[in-house]
Amino acid sequence: MPFNLSRSRPDAELIIKDAATELKAPARRLFGKRILSLGGLAMLSGCSITDDKSVNAMLRTMSRFNDNVQALLFDPNALAPTYPESMITRPFPFNAFYDIDEVPQVDPSGYTLAIGGLVNGKRVWTLDELHAMPQESQITRHICIEGWSAIGRWGGVRFAHFLARAGADTSAKYVAFHCSDNYSTSIDMPTALHAQTQLTLTYDGQTLPPKYGFPMKLRMPTKLGYKNPKHIVAITVTNEYPGGYWENQGYNWFGGS
Amino acid sequence: MQNQTQHPTQPLWLRITHWINALAIVIMVTSGWQIYNASPLFQALTFPSAVTLGGWLGAATEWHFAGMWLLVVNYVVYVGMNVATGRLRRRLFPLSVKTLVKDANAALRGKLGHDDLAHYNAVQKLAYLAVIVDLAIVILSGLVVWKSVQFPVLRTLMGGYDNARVVHFLGMSFLVVFFVVHVAMVALVPRSLVLMIRGR
Repeated sequence: MPFNLSRSRPDAELIIKDAATELKAPARRLFGKRILSLGGLAMLSGCSITDDKSVNAMLRTMSRFNDNVQALLFDPNALAPTYPESMITRPFPFNAFYDIDEVPQVDPSGYTLAIGGLVNGKRVWTLDELHAMPQESQITRHICIEGWSAIGRWGGVRFAHFLARAGADTSAKYVAFHCSDNYSTSIDMPTALHAQTQLTLTYDGQTLPPKYGFPMKLRMPTKLGYKNPKHIVAITVTNEYPGGYWENQGYNWFGGS
Repeated sequence: MQNQTQHPTQPLWLRITHWINALAIVIMVTSGWQIYNASPLFQALTFPSAVTLGGWLGAATEWHFAGMWLLVVNYVVYVGMNVATGRLRRRLFPLSVKTLVKDANAALRGKLGHDDLAHYNAVQKLAYLAVIVDLAIVILSGLVVWKSVQFPVLRTLMGGYDNARVVHFLGMSFLVVFFVVHVAMVALVPRSLVLMIRGR
C-alpha cells in the first residue's frame, strides 16, 4: 500500500489552524506561558526526567512502596507448596555472588552462632545445642530472582522456636543476618515467625555442605533466594533498618515470593 | 457533526490511557527482557543490551516493579471507562466470523479501506479485543511469577510457578507482535495517529 502523502498534508494544516484558533483566546495563551515557565523552573531545580539521580530516587521510593504492599499481602498462615521427594532437583544448583571455589570453609569445632540486639536470653549457641532442638523438614521450591527455581529438602530448627528460646523481642521490626562470606541480609519479623522459616542444618538428609551454606542457613520458601542467607555467624534483632548486600545495591528489600 | 460532540472518535480519557499504556508497555517489556536475560527460558534466545532497560538485573527489577503500577492502574482505568461509557460495546462489538473472514481477506489483498476512522473493521476489533485480554494474561501471570506463594489460586490457574513464566513470556510475545503490526498500520494510515492525539 503506497504511503498517501496528499492525505496527511491537509491534516498538518488542520492542526496548525486548530492551534492558532485556540491560542487566540488570551486565557489560553497565559496558561501556555505559565506551563512553559513552570517547566523551565522544574528543569532549573534539577528535576528533569533524564536526570539519573531523581530517576533512581523515584525507583527506590517505588521499591519501598512495594515493601509496604508486600507486607500487607503477606499472609502469615499461607504455606508455600511442598513437594514429594521424587521432585527434588538433583543436583541442586549452587548460586552465590562468587564462584564455587571461593565458598567459605567454616571450621565446625570452633563455631558458635551469636544472637544479639533486642534479645534477653542466651546469646551464644553451639551447633550441638541447635541440633538438640526439635528438628523439622521441608521439601519446597527455591525461587531465584533470576527466574529459575529448584526444589530441595532442608532440615533444621523452626526459626520461631529458636527466637523464643533466645528470648527475642518478637515485636521488633527486623531480624538481620551476618555471614562468614561477608554476605548480609535482613527480614521482616512476620516472615521470621512464619511456620516454614527454618534455621537449616541439613540438606537432603545430610549435614549442610559448604556449597549450600554450612554451618547454617535461613530457609524461607516465602522469600526469594537472595533473602535466604547462608553461612550465618550472627543474628541481630533490631528496630533499625539493616539493609543487606543486594538490597543496598537496589534489589527489593522485602523480596517476597 | 452532532455525533462528534456526543461521541468524539477518540475521547480524551481514551487518548490519555492509550499513551500512558504505550509508555508503560515499553518500560515493562524492555525491563522484562533484561530480567529474562538473567536466566533465559530458551537458551537460543537472549535480548541484546541495546533494547533492554536497566543495564543489570537489579535495576531491571526496579523498573519492572515501578512500571507495573503505571501499567495496572492505567489498564483498570482504561477498561473501566470503556465499559462505563459503553464504548467497548459500541466500537468492538458486534464481531462475527463472517465479517472477520471478509475483512481479513481484504486486508491481505491491500483493499481494506479506512475512510471512516470512527468505525473499526473486524480485523481491528479482534486485534484490540485480543490485546486487552492479553494484557490481563500478562498481568495475572506476572503476579504469579512475582508472588506465587501469596497468590495460590492464580498459581494453580497458571499451572504452577514454572508454567507462569512461560505464560508471561508468551503473553509478552503477543504484545510485541501486536505492537509491531499496530505501528506499521498507523504508518500506513497516518490520520489515525493524528486522531489519537487530537481526538477528531
